[in-house]
Amino acid sequence: MLNRYLELSKVSIEFPTDQGPFKALDEIDLILKQGEFVSLIGHSGCGKSTVLNIVAGLYQATTGGIILENKEVTDPGPDRAVVFQNHSLLPWLTAYENVELAVKQVFKKDKNAAEMKEWIEHNLTLVHMDHAMHKRPSEISGGMKQRVGIARALAMQPKVLLMDEPFGALDALTRAHLQDSLMEIQADLNSTVIMITHDVDEAVLLSDRIVMMTNGPAARIGEILEIDLPRPRNRVEISDNVEYNHYRHEVLAFLYEKQRNPADH
Amino acid sequence: MKETTLKTLEKIGFTALIPLIKLLMWDEPKKQIVILSSRILLPAVAIALFLILWAGVSSQINTSLGQLPGPAQVWEQSTSLITEHQLEQEKKAAFYERQEARNAKKLAINPDAIVRVRTYTGAPTFIDQIFTSIITVIVGFLIASFIAIPLGIFCGLSEKMNNALNPIFQIFKPVSPLAWLPIVTMVVSAVYVTDDPMFAKSFVISAITVSLCCLWPTLLNTTVGVASVESDLINVSRVLRLHWFTHTIKIVVPSSIPMMFTGLRLSMGTGWMVLIATEMLAQNPGLGKFVWDEFQNGSSNSLGRIMVAVLVIGLIGFILDRLLMTAQRFVSWDKNVEIR
Repeated sequence: MLNRYLELSKVSIEFPTDQGPFKALDEIDLILKQGEFVSLIGHSGCGKSTVLNIVAGLYQATTGGIILENKEVTDPGPDRAVVFQNHSLLPWLTAYENVELAVKQVFKKDKNAAEMKEWIEHNLTLVHMDHAMHKRPSEISGGMKQRVGIARALAMQPKVLLMDEPFGALDALTRAHLQDSLMEIQADLNSTVIMITHDVDEAVLLSDRIVMMTNGPAARIGEILEIDLPRPRNRVEISDNVEYNHYRHEVLAFLYEKQRNPADH
Repeated sequence: MKETTLKTLEKIGFTALIPLIKLLMWDEPKKQIVILSSRILLPAVAIALFLILWAGVSSQINTSLGQLPGPAQVWEQSTSLITEHQLEQEKKAAFYERQEARNAKKLAINPDAIVRVRTYTGAPTFIDQIFTSIITVIVGFLIASFIAIPLGIFCGLSEKMNNALNPIFQIFKPVSPLAWLPIVTMVVSAVYVTDDPMFAKSFVISAITVSLCCLWPTLLNTTVGVASVESDLINVSRVLRLHWFTHTIKIVVPSSIPMMFTGLRLSMGTGWMVLIATEMLAQNPGLGKFVWDEFQNGSSNSLGRIMVAVLVIGLIGFILDRLLMTAQRFVSWDKNVEIR
């Protein structure tokens, strides 16, 4: 049972267009163990985000489905929290209030006011945002907003954490900081994570497995790469590691030799 | 003390006064003078030029009511309108004094005597008309907003609802108040029948006509604002499984507030213009009636008095817009956006 925590079973999706249905995904099969960190990588437009949105329940698969802990899920819900690429914080609420909105919704029956406050503060501390809890999104940097977005998702205590290019819009240094924070948190909480990225280093550094997708239309899973590097991983030490570089090479070879960017043709 | 004064001024939207206050407190006086010269000096020069042009042109135009009044005559009329109001107030006070004295006397002779208390029925002055118009436009605007904002939210949330109702809105939107007026008059006369009316019939008619015309900008802008909530924020709400009511209050309304206020300010502007026209046509008390009465009166002072009314109408419209802008500043979450 443990090794079939989340299952994507023959997931295909078609979008109606003026020229008839457009098949974006073709029979995606993927099984995640509990506590596993999986990255989805592929060229732009290959349907990575579509996969994530189907798991989140924001899109409905045309055929196939998502099974979480032996139950099919079709609607969005806080058990599959999403960290959006552009943070998606409500700009009229402070960092604290943004997390509070989620906590109040998820734990309305289980926690009293004091417990909720403690839980909100705990999650903001986890992402190192306790010093700026009462600031609004417009008053904090992009990296800080993304931290709050992660805190909001973690505060839902999700079964699966879905991250859609969470660090894509950040500069390299901020991104490295946040990747380190994410690794710490994941080690602490043993969360099950699906992350979309197109950064090869990020994928290798963070993941237990990297799922490489072919170019669309009708994108499929091309290859799955097991990253067998010991944790905790240190980005400086690992960059000199032969295996690490071998994994990087594998992913790069898939992306730039086997699946050339469609825009290059 | 200084800080609070400046903050209050900023909040209520009188930012133009800030450098003046700072200058008076001798805070970076040179910088303040530069700011003042561009913010106050330039408009002052423009106004002066306008007054000169007005004086020059008006002296060349002769109407059947005499020469078109220039700034000086208009100023004269404005003071005389205020004096008239004061005289009227004195008359009113004197009337009540006499009445009281008479009644007291009556009761002194016979404690059981039935005394009558009559209200003063002098003609409303210019100042009275101003207040009548302001109250009417605010009531009409509030009625319209109470209908338009919830309806706009529903239409923005439900595409089907919007598709169904939008053609109706689009047809009624361009209708002139003057076309509504006869219908509103007849309907109010037929429906609003009481022996002891809380509001004058004319007031109800004016307010409803204003509402009918200032419903649309708020309604359509709210709909657009609600329909264009960022899809990512809607996804956040879906992931959280927010109840539709929480969704509306926490996500939809705050995010559409800028558009809502654009609509409200357009509505207020429309409503104010509509009201003056309604009062002129229906002879309902207010500034519009004042203008019409002066026009019919046709004395040599009439044009000057009408011009005073025109300026006051403009000024009140401006103040009403400013008030809404201040309200917007209070409820708006995006403090970085300059509201203008």
